[in-house]
Amino acid sequence: MSYSFQFRDVFAAWDFLLDGLILTLELSLVTMAVGLVIGMAGAAARVYGPKPIARAVAVYVEAIRNTPLIVQLFLIFFGLPSAGVKLDADTAAMVALSINLGAYTIEIVRAGLEAIPKSQIEAGQSLGLSPVQIFRYVIIFPALRLMFPSLASQFVLMMLATSVVSQISAQDLFQAASIIQSRTFRDFEVYAVVAGVYLALALLFRLLFAGLYTLIFARRAR
Amino acid sequence: MIREFNVNDVLYLVAAMRWTLALTAIAFAGGGLVGLLVALLRVSSLPPLRWIGTIYVLAVQGTPLLAWLFVFFFGLSIVGIEVSPWIAAAASYSIYAGAFLGEIWRGALQAIPKQQWEAGSSLGLSFGQQLRYIIVPQATRLAIPPTVGFLVQLIKNTSLAAVIGFVELTREGQLTTATTFRPFTVYLTVAALYFLLCFPLTQASRRLERRFHGAR
Repeated sequence: MSYSFQFRDVFAAWDFLLDGLILTLELSLVTMAVGLVIGMAGAAARVYGPKPIARAVAVYVEAIRNTPLIVQLFLIFFGLPSAGVKLDADTAAMVALSINLGAYTIEIVRAGLEAIPKSQIEAGQSLGLSPVQIFRYVIIFPALRLMFPSLASQFVLMMLATSVVSQISAQDLFQAASIIQSRTFRDFEVYAVVAGVYLALALLFRLLFAGLYTLIFARRAR
Repeated sequence: MIREFNVNDVLYLVAAMRWTLALTAIAFAGGGLVGLLVALLRVSSLPPLRWIGTIYVLAVQGTPLLAWLFVFFFGLSIVGIEVSPWIAAAASYSIYAGAFLGEIWRGALQAIPKQQWEAGSSLGLSFGQQLRYIIVPQATRLAIPPTVGFLVQLIKNTSLAAVIGFVELTREGQLTTATTFRPFTVYLTVAALYFLLCFPLTQASRRLERRFHGAR
């Protein structure tokens, strides 16, 4: 039995894929932004905050990092309505992804903050810098430089992981693929094409982050 | 028929953990083999081999695991073979884990100073012998903590196999939800069970890292 590959049906549904792609991009960008805010605030609370708050942040981080994203997503989308909180698929996806990425970002930012030697901070103090200046010039800038590569790869992985939102039938790129598949039965072709689109997105994001890194850090290096 | 969520359901979920563990074991074994190959390709002295390794890692780390699962499960039927969820999952996870383990192990291999290789070759050891007697024993120490850390990722990612109908912990949770209609309790239980599997490993990874780091 021979099989002839037919990509025509897949490309004929390009507007469908485009809609999905847009939601995937939206989800990724919102998640990265919110995740970064949660990560910064959480890491600051974890490192400099009072003990009970630092502990609470640690519990959040461990709870999220040791359970699968898809279960968190199901808990929020299918579970929360019984507690009276009803979210539509897109919102539930955004909430779950942000909560998830936030926990990973906290760990990365914390590691970056803790990697700044105490002697650096003391040197800043002895130069008469104010706490704000020390935070800005001595801690956050070098720390950001240290954590940037890990953050970038975590963000790219998160962009790929947004594909699980298709499982609560949010209309993202992967869900678009499933719908095209059920209409055309071109299983292999549609998933191959979509995998290619994800790959292109991943490379694009990496390139973007690499450019951002040079833009921010290269000139002021050393 | 809707019934209550009771102790039996919890026991069923606990029992389903064995398939999560089995899948993790298969993925780790398959991924380990692929990963070893990828790591060796990536440190090879022949550029074309290095490129193959690089492209493999780039491609796998740039595509969602879900896409691999779907390609293998739905896509392979076009070649005329009916693929079971087991085979689709085993193949997808080996490919996926291979890329990540390969990168971890390459990092460990490259962290060993070049002089160690040179010392080996000046003693007349072949490439294989240098790897076996000099590089790998040292690199293993470096590789263990991140490998254990990746195991946690792997356990969590086996949950994605649920979407192709592989009955492990998450799928069992979906099935239990369908009969008891208690999604919140069920998924919370499922999450707790994953936590019980993963948290000790996370802690172990951290402890190992501290120990090996301190010893250097």
